[in-house]
Amino acid sequence: MTGLVGYASYLPRYRLAGVDIGLRRGDRVVAAFDEDSTTMAVAASADIPGARTANALYFATSTPAYADKTNATAIHAALGLPADCLAVDFCGSGRSGFAALLAAANTGGLAVSADVRVGRPGSADEKLGGDGGAALLFGGAGPAIAEVIATASLTAEFLDRWRATTSVTGEQWEERFGTERYAALIRAAVERVLDTAGLPGADHVVLTCPNSGIVKRAATLVKGEKSVVTSPIGFSGACDAALALCSVLDIADAGQTILVLSAVDGCDAMLLRTTTALPKARQPRPVTAQRAGGLPVAHLTYLSWRGLVELEPPRRPEPDRASGPAAGRSTPWKFGLSGSRCDACGFVHLPPARVCKGCGATDRMSVIPVAGLRGTVATHTVDYLAYSPSPPVVQAVVDVTGGGRFTCEVADAEPERIHVGSTVGFTFRRLSTAGHVHNYFWKARLDGKRDG
Amino acid sequence: MASKGIAGKVAVVAMGCSRFGERWDSSADDLLVEAVTECMTSVPKLDRDDIDAYWLGTLSSGMSGLTLSRPLGIGDKPVTRVENMCASGSEAFRNACYAVASGAYDVAMAVGVEKLKDSGFSGLLRQDPPGDGTAAELSMTAPAAFSLLDPAYCAKYGVHAEQMRDAMTHVAWKNHANGAHNPKAQFRSPVAKETIDKAPKVAGRLGVFDCSGVSDGAACAIIVPAEHARDYAETPMYVRALSLVAGSGRGAMDPGYDYTSFPEVVRSARDAYQQAGIDDPRTAFSLAEVHDCFTPTEIVLMEDLGFTDPGQSWKDVLAGDFDADGRLPINPDGGLKSFGHPVGASGLRMLYEAWLQFRGEAGQRQLPDPHTALTHNLGGRPGSCVSFVSVVGREAGR
Repeated sequence: MTGLVGYASYLPRYRLAGVDIGLRRGDRVVAAFDEDSTTMAVAASADIPGARTANALYFATSTPAYADKTNATAIHAALGLPADCLAVDFCGSGRSGFAALLAAANTGGLAVSADVRVGRPGSADEKLGGDGGAALLFGGAGPAIAEVIATASLTAEFLDRWRATTSVTGEQWEERFGTERYAALIRAAVERVLDTAGLPGADHVVLTCPNSGIVKRAATLVKGEKSVVTSPIGFSGACDAALALCSVLDIADAGQTILVLSAVDGCDAMLLRTTTALPKARQPRPVTAQRAGGLPVAHLTYLSWRGLVELEPPRRPEPDRASGPAAGRSTPWKFGLSGSRCDACGFVHLPPARVCKGCGATDRMSVIPVAGLRGTVATHTVDYLAYSPSPPVVQAVVDVTGGGRFTCEVADAEPERIHVGSTVGFTFRRLSTAGHVHNYFWKARLDGKRDG
Repeated sequence: MASKGIAGKVAVVAMGCSRFGERWDSSADDLLVEAVTECMTSVPKLDRDDIDAYWLGTLSSGMSGLTLSRPLGIGDKPVTRVENMCASGSEAFRNACYAVASGAYDVAMAVGVEKLKDSGFSGLLRQDPPGDGTAAELSMTAPAAFSLLDPAYCAKYGVHAEQMRDAMTHVAWKNHANGAHNPKAQFRSPVAKETIDKAPKVAGRLGVFDCSGVSDGAACAIIVPAEHARDYAETPMYVRALSLVAGSGRGAMDPGYDYTSFPEVVRSARDAYQQAGIDDPRTAFSLAEVHDCFTPTEIVLMEDLGFTDPGQSWKDVLAGDFDADGRLPINPDGGLKSFGHPVGASGLRMLYEAWLQFRGEAGQRQLPDPHTALTHNLGGRPGSCVSFVSVVGREAGR
């Protein structure tokens, strides 16, 4: 098995207030209307410095944006991975997330998982779920931050949680039935993996499970010398275990063992030992910082984002579906946010152009990737008339640091915070969906308050 | 290589203009018949068979010359449909003028029409070819695109947001006050400044009254060689300059562009002034009909057309310089604000006001002794647009 060399999590910015959904305190992390499992996978992956050198991409989700079409290819394109990099989907459940992890550990590559968990209004899933993504990079260049010591998997067929393929919300049997089955599976998996490793226990235990009875009893089910953690945002589907692992990697010291237990239709276990490289290779923003704060979203607006209620749209036509061949020709721009820079005069074209607008030179262009750069707002507006899945549309003209300008939407917008000169980064989002075709493109995202 | 123009070579001898508005009872065909009938009635010495060729400007109300030839029952004559976004009507006029100036035809007609109110949507609809879904135009409406001028202008010239708001309000107030005197306008009531200020927002700081209306309409003109003009009309309108510029779209990609000007307008105005031999645009014109699609557009256009200095327009607007009784009346007919903007018709509607003014037929709007007028159309948006400028006069030359 290869070593773990990098990790990053992504939590969306929006929060449903606890009082709106029956939580006594706190809130729930929810993806914005323009986010899906694919976009959140891109966001998580992009924060790992070496992600763009991955030799394989394994994408796990229980809420794929497409069926019959690989979703990992959009992530592959957004990250600018080479054509000979395998990119595949592991769709289905939290178990798929662990399978992606196992595959990446075996072959090297990126295991990225993301989910948008939807519950019926008033349901436990609405209260206790959370949306997010997590990425773990194995193998390749760079020192390992953790080594895989042992793995174990137990499989069991029983009915705890299920969802019709045509439904956005799922169902659960009486919780205690699943709790009992899972408790036995977890104990057995722990015994087996520790036995293989020849260890009496682990420093940190990560235990995730779609059954909330297990989550409540986690600390009594398995002993961890230093900590026992569960999902930091509530049940988050395919990324549940990876997200919880990220939160432990944020705090674990060098030379400590981490036991990852993902109990979904069985129980999977992976035992890791951190190295001295970990403290210097932690993700830029720990899970706790990503979890704190956020932007409130009204419950009704949220329900409209998930298609559970339909709000009155502006009196404007819905967009046409994006053209397959046109999108195919512009993949480096549409998915990768790469423009062209004139070799003769340096003028940057976003989107790329063949004839330079600066000096007229033809076909003398180099590729210039912009996705990882920052920009400054030249001017901005709020469009109350434009069609959007969640009006109004906030837009900005953005001057890219180092050259180039383009006009785009502003994601997670707080219009009152935008002014001429505001600094932004770029984030991969779903602009709209028409004819069942998702129109993916990049938006600007205002720097957080931490950046001034 | 040079833009030589056709100053003094052709003249307009008849015009027609439909009533503009939400013409629920009229099709594009009806609007065309309305404008053309008025036009033909006004020139008894010409009948339909005397017109040798037609140019029709429309953005979306039909394709090909058949859009005009079928409703008018024109048989076996050349009819060309042209489209240049919001400058489509002006483009029809420009091509018809060139056809007559070239000697190819003795009599040509330019027609513009747009039927917008059958769509059921607010604002203009785009008809883009299939694309990759990333174009900013797809998710940004026209009011939003032009609202970008406001914060950029304020930031560059240190104009306080409230001062800019007052200037935008003045533009809307002025054009509605002018349109109140125009029986063919969509909106024929003055609007109080307070109402303009408090209107619901459409985009950025633009409220409903900062935006031109959406209406249906048609207008047309008959063009003949200048030397024959007086055979048909006692007071012809002479064409002194026609300029069209299509930008490269550089501004939308160039951080050097600051969203406080339309370089395409500056270049087309310079070209037109050179063609017409105009040295000082501040004093050359009796009136100007400009593309006031949104109130900040008119403010910026005053600078780009050379009617005032950069950064000065908002002050001149507030001082009343461009009011009907100011030093240079802008949009005395009420502009796009009062007429709405049936895209293909607007350019010819602007020329229609100059035509009426020169002939002393502008009623309550009549200006004292008007001799020279400018019309201006803008298609597209800041950073990427086409601009048209014409100079027309009561006399063939200066």
